[in-house]
Amino acid sequence: MSQQKQTATPLSAPMERPPLLKRINLQQYVVYLGFLAIFLFFAIVLRDSGFLTVRNLSNIVLQTAPATIMAIGLVFVLSAGEIDLSIGSIVAVSALAAAVTINAYGMLAGIAVGLGAGLAIGLVNGVLVAYVRLPSFLVTLATMGLFAGVARSLTDLRSIPVTDSAFTGFFGSGALLGIPSLVWWTVIAILIGHIVYRETRFGAHVLATGDNNRAASVSGISVPRIRLAVMMLSGGLAALAGLLYAGRLQAAKYTLGETDLMTVIAAVIVGGTLLNGGKGSVVGALVGSLMMGMLNNGLILMGLSVSDQMIVRGLIILAAVAVSLREKAR
Amino acid sequence: MQTSSSEPVLVLKDIRKSFGAVTAIENFSLDIRPGEIVALVGDNGAGKSTLIKIISGVHAPTSGSITIEGETVSMASASMARAHGIEVVYQDLALADQQTVYMNMFLGREPVNRFGLLDRRTMISETEKLVKELDVRIPSAHATIRDLSGGQRQGVAIARATRWASKLILLDEPTAALGVAETAKVEAIVQSLKSRNIGVLIISHSLDQVFKLSDRICVLRRGKQIGIRNTAETNKNEIVSMITGLN
Repeated sequence: MSQQKQTATPLSAPMERPPLLKRINLQQYVVYLGFLAIFLFFAIVLRDSGFLTVRNLSNIVLQTAPATIMAIGLVFVLSAGEIDLSIGSIVAVSALAAAVTINAYGMLAGIAVGLGAGLAIGLVNGVLVAYVRLPSFLVTLATMGLFAGVARSLTDLRSIPVTDSAFTGFFGSGALLGIPSLVWWTVIAILIGHIVYRETRFGAHVLATGDNNRAASVSGISVPRIRLAVMMLSGGLAALAGLLYAGRLQAAKYTLGETDLMTVIAAVIVGGTLLNGGKGSVVGALVGSLMMGMLNNGLILMGLSVSDQMIVRGLIILAAVAVSLREKAR
Repeated sequence: MQTSSSEPVLVLKDIRKSFGAVTAIENFSLDIRPGEIVALVGDNGAGKSTLIKIISGVHAPTSGSITIEGETVSMASASMARAHGIEVVYQDLALADQQTVYMNMFLGREPVNRFGLLDRRTMISETEKLVKELDVRIPSAHATIRDLSGGQRQGVAIARATRWASKLILLDEPTAALGVAETAKVEAIVQSLKSRNIGVLIISHSLDQVFKLSDRICVLRRGKQIGIRNTAETNKNEIVSMITGLN
């Protein structure tokens, strides 16, 4: 046993936590400040255009629900040091597969097939990344194109209506206790995602893998298994987003999710998740996603043309990402 | 804690390791007792790393036996070595830079409560206790590794090994990247491990350090064990000539 005297400790290191100011890390709050700034800007500029109405604000939340769900998956993927570019294509394939199955075999089979399709694509991505050791950027770039093609050929570019009212209510247009189902999905997914990310061994192992995979590996963490798990999680959540789209629009089409990739990546990065692993935030991704949705909404209300919207949104995302990355580099 | 001080924690007997036609280690035998610090010295390519990998379970020896506290073991992986109470402090420290000290302390072995959630309270208090005992001067258990100095990081890596090693700690060049003051600090930490009744095997290129810390010195040259000396009964000239093979 150590022979140290219990009394003479003044010489040894102070163990109290550092002062509050040093602990508060600015980078974590960039997203909240940005969110607030954009909100205030639109609230003032668009005060007569209906931006602040409950209807409009809740519309923003409803519209961002699928992107928020995808963003949760991407937080895990980026934190593990990987990336998933195929989420948009997974949305389309899952929504179409679910729609076709619902119309033929009913709601439960449709949900199973839709989620199964997403998990299966995630499995393909994951096996190639974790066990064949191909870079996830290239793997998912390839599967993004591949499954976008599958989505197109699956129904010959046709839109598939989803008329099962139980399904559309559960995933899209319904409400429970007066709160729309899309809000429930968002809240529950964020809550579970946050807890798994911050408070479980799995979350810790994801972060360790993305931070220093050799350290994770010699500490007994199965790095390939973590990589496979995050790719499948991302696929599964993208599939859920596909179901939400299908439920809300009461139809599935190959274009679903097509433009979400950039929005989701921007939301996640702005929300404080590092592009190269080891650090991130699920709640930040939610705020980032809402910020993107608000931006979309506000620019439309301002009457910008589609091309102007794209330019302005691109510039704002660029600024937001630059600020959050600069903060991190300190 | 004076029991079994005579029984070695680790006995290596006639260890031989070949990779195809190349023999990396031949007929290596060594025993390490609890509370003893043994230094492993030799030139680059002498086989020190191979030996460390054999003891830590990364490589299986081609022949020979490994005995841990009287029990002959065969180790097929690093986790098996850990299960036998052997911890390695790697040269690159194997720390996750953006995580906190306490999460690194428990990396891969995080305790959870009955709901399956991380038990941060236990991790933090155990980290604070150990860091204090070893006198590793870090700002707090909440500090992020990346904000620590090289010496502090090394201290955390050694503290982690100490937390989990019940038999033996392998230190691979623990001060290679450190300045003078930090080296002295880490040497003091290594010295304090003696009182914990575990064996320490240290690889070092600094003969000053070897003579300062070790009880015995084991010399390797081109995979051959040249000899073992009690540190008190030898001198640098003898060790240097054993390492180089020149008189």
